[in-house]
Amino acid sequence: MTDTNRRTFLKTSALGAASLPFLKVMPAMAEGRDTLVVVSGQTINSLDLHRVGTNRASYQVAINCYDRLVSFGTKTLPSGELSYDYETIVPELAESWSLSDDGLVITFKLKPNATFWDGRKVTAEDVKWSFDRAVSVGGFPTTQMRAGGLSRPDQFAAVDAETFTVTLDFPSKLSLPDLAVPVPFIINAQVAKANATADDPWAMDYLHQTPAGSGAFKVARWDQGQQLVYERNDDWVGGPLPAVQRVIVREVPSQSTRRALIERGDVQVSFDIPDRDAAELADKMTVHSTPIENCIHCACLNTAFEPFQDANVRKAIAWAIPYEAIFNTAAYGRGAPMWGGPETVTDTQWPRPFPYNTNLDTAREFLAKSNYADGFSVPLSISLDLASWMEPTALLIQENLEKIGITCTVEKIPGANWRTVALVDKSLAFHLENFGGWLNTPDYYFFWAYQEGKLFNSSNYYNEEVEELTNRTLHMPMDHPEYAGLIQRMFEIVIEDIPRIPLWQPALNVALNGATDYEFWFHRQLDARPIAGV
Amino acid sequence: MSAPLRAVLWRILQTVPVVFGVVVISFVLTRALPGDPAVYFAGAMADEQSIEEVRVALGLDQPLWRQFFLYAGDLLQGDLGNSISTGQPVLTDLAMRLPASLELTLTALLIACAIAIPLGVLAAVRQGSWVDHLCRVLVTAGVSLPTFFTGILLIYVFYYLLGIAPSPLGRLDFIYFEPPRVTGFYLIDSLIDGDPETFFAALRQLILPATTLALFTLAPIARMTRASMLTALSSDYIRTARAAGLSGAMVLFGYAFRNALLPVVTTLGMVFSFVLGANVLVEKVFAWPGIGSYAVEALVVSDYAAIQGFVLAMALLFVFLNLVIDLSYTLIDPRIRFAAK
Repeated sequence: MTDTNRRTFLKTSALGAASLPFLKVMPAMAEGRDTLVVVSGQTINSLDLHRVGTNRASYQVAINCYDRLVSFGTKTLPSGELSYDYETIVPELAESWSLSDDGLVITFKLKPNATFWDGRKVTAEDVKWSFDRAVSVGGFPTTQMRAGGLSRPDQFAAVDAETFTVTLDFPSKLSLPDLAVPVPFIINAQVAKANATADDPWAMDYLHQTPAGSGAFKVARWDQGQQLVYERNDDWVGGPLPAVQRVIVREVPSQSTRRALIERGDVQVSFDIPDRDAAELADKMTVHSTPIENCIHCACLNTAFEPFQDANVRKAIAWAIPYEAIFNTAAYGRGAPMWGGPETVTDTQWPRPFPYNTNLDTAREFLAKSNYADGFSVPLSISLDLASWMEPTALLIQENLEKIGITCTVEKIPGANWRTVALVDKSLAFHLENFGGWLNTPDYYFFWAYQEGKLFNSSNYYNEEVEELTNRTLHMPMDHPEYAGLIQRMFEIVIEDIPRIPLWQPALNVALNGATDYEFWFHRQLDARPIAGV
Repeated sequence: MSAPLRAVLWRILQTVPVVFGVVVISFVLTRALPGDPAVYFAGAMADEQSIEEVRVALGLDQPLWRQFFLYAGDLLQGDLGNSISTGQPVLTDLAMRLPASLELTLTALLIACAIAIPLGVLAAVRQGSWVDHLCRVLVTAGVSLPTFFTGILLIYVFYYLLGIAPSPLGRLDFIYFEPPRVTGFYLIDSLIDGDPETFFAALRQLILPATTLALFTLAPIARMTRASMLTALSSDYIRTARAAGLSGAMVLFGYAFRNALLPVVTTLGMVFSFVLGANVLVEKVFAWPGIGSYAVEALVVSDYAAIQGFVLAMALLFVFLNLVIDLSYTLIDPRIRFAAK
């Protein structure tokens, strides 16, 4: 794709060479705005989500160019903005599905009129091959599949051309939603197999540069490090046809340049803008700041380190943190507060404000009760990659802790090293952390962030009851009579133990100038399908 | 074999140990970097098992000496390895991005020379005049203004406020297609293709970033020109030439300037190689898909093959540049000869 020149582009493009044979420029500014230009600071480094090394920004290709069996519905948030709806599963390539009585077999009927871009009908064999690939290639896709109880190829079967079954080892409420995340996308298996080799049975090299799917958009052009051009697939049956013909995603690393472009109106969407720009641009154009579901910015206290083994020390810190100042300075008020919540837990709302607040006297009382009444000193570690929110936060925490006798030195760790020390080795005593779960249930958050040994449990937290409660609730249906009670108990324990101090729920900011119908998705990438020009 | 040719070959031979050293050092240094690529590339939701799978897939479970021999073996066959991040051979990545950087840097240097050399000469000839002061102001400004600041300022004034400059969206606005690739330089390729529209589109995109870089590179060139012109003008042979009654222009350009050119060329070579690797900030501001931002991105994610490839490419470029500068010395000053051993 990268070597495509103008001529081959025009030959292969959806528009076809017939209508525009001698065009030197793309018909970008045709009337009625059927082309949208999106700028983003991140680079798309692959067109195949399953590849090792594919970065987050590239997930959008799996979303826009491929279909899954099912997808999530759309809901309107109280703010009037659109968001995906975790509660509603809607068909994408599957026409219908049914669950066996024991909850172990999900049978999907594929849409009979669904075709790949090359015109071939989508069959259950393609679904089987794609799912086998997702659980076999290792790395992130395999881990994500496992979250839904999908780990082996023998769980998937193509019964006939239009019937596909998934057999689970145990019933789980996460299985169906996990089929709607970007990972289990359906690939044209015939095209892929034709380009596979003995060394590369899953056609990783081929699909990295050449998508082969059935999705709403085709990739018309990809200049790595510069731009990706989506062209609408008019034969798409996965949902309502996109309003725009073409979406151009341009990579502009400099944030000030992106801001100039959106303000001038030369681009219609600026994706994932900093909180500060969101606050400043809000009265000039449409800015969406959607709190990211199941995602919390936290200050973490590593219980493997001496002072933090003392619950009173942990509470002292939780009472000393200047939440409001942090929210206003580091987040420019974008997102949702996670402090000053109700004393008692009576619902299963998550992320939820914890009952802590800024009160230095209470903090001093707790510290006096601990074995560290005279205070102590501790490094407060932050990642340089996330310095935009971590640095102001760390400085404000440092300032307040100083007042109760705890001396912090802010330690900045290079981004490349951060994951290793913070999450894998879990060797940072006091640090800032951010985890967001794709599957929007509290137990899923607990599974990653509060269970012993899990990647995002950077606090080395261990509580026997939380372990057990998480295991019990993880696959339990949310309407199970015991579910709410168990979840509330989990909340109470971690509020009391406070190994992770929630600071605020961050927002995903998107500025629109000449576009509308932006929809928030948990994967935090641009879903180009609903968006329209104005 | 003629003497100059033999001399050139000898010079090239001398660079072999240098290049070997660069290969070893870049290999060792990338491994010494903090950060574990396996953890990074395993993605956001990795657990221990998937990290290990990635480590094996990347060949990072092998002992270091083995990794080095594999790398060196590939290198001898002209294979720089694959970048994990871009999923392409590093050679392809470099071939895509180096021309973008070269086009920008060369244009900037041309602009810088066109302004700095006449300015430096004039400042030396009319010492203390307004030209001299102008030269001083420009040089000070050029050195003290960081490139990203100049870049943003130019965008703000010429794009945001005045709307004269095109959208700072890289090498070509999105409505144009890349010209058929011959050299990788859009200006040249579009001319070869006989496509003036794309040529001017590429030129318009180039003006702001090239000006930004030119302002930065102009300073050392102007200063060096002025200083070496002053030295040349006060030397004995100029006095002799003047005493012999030669015309002012002849003295200035035939004798003084030619002798003053030598240090200027040296500076030019230094500035060029420095700027090529160091214009990351300009590339970021103008979304220029150049080699500097490629290297920085690779560094951030510990993409070993890409970093090593970049270092090696820069080393080879330096070697080549030095050779060209040495050769140009012999043209400027016939007294300098290669010691052809």
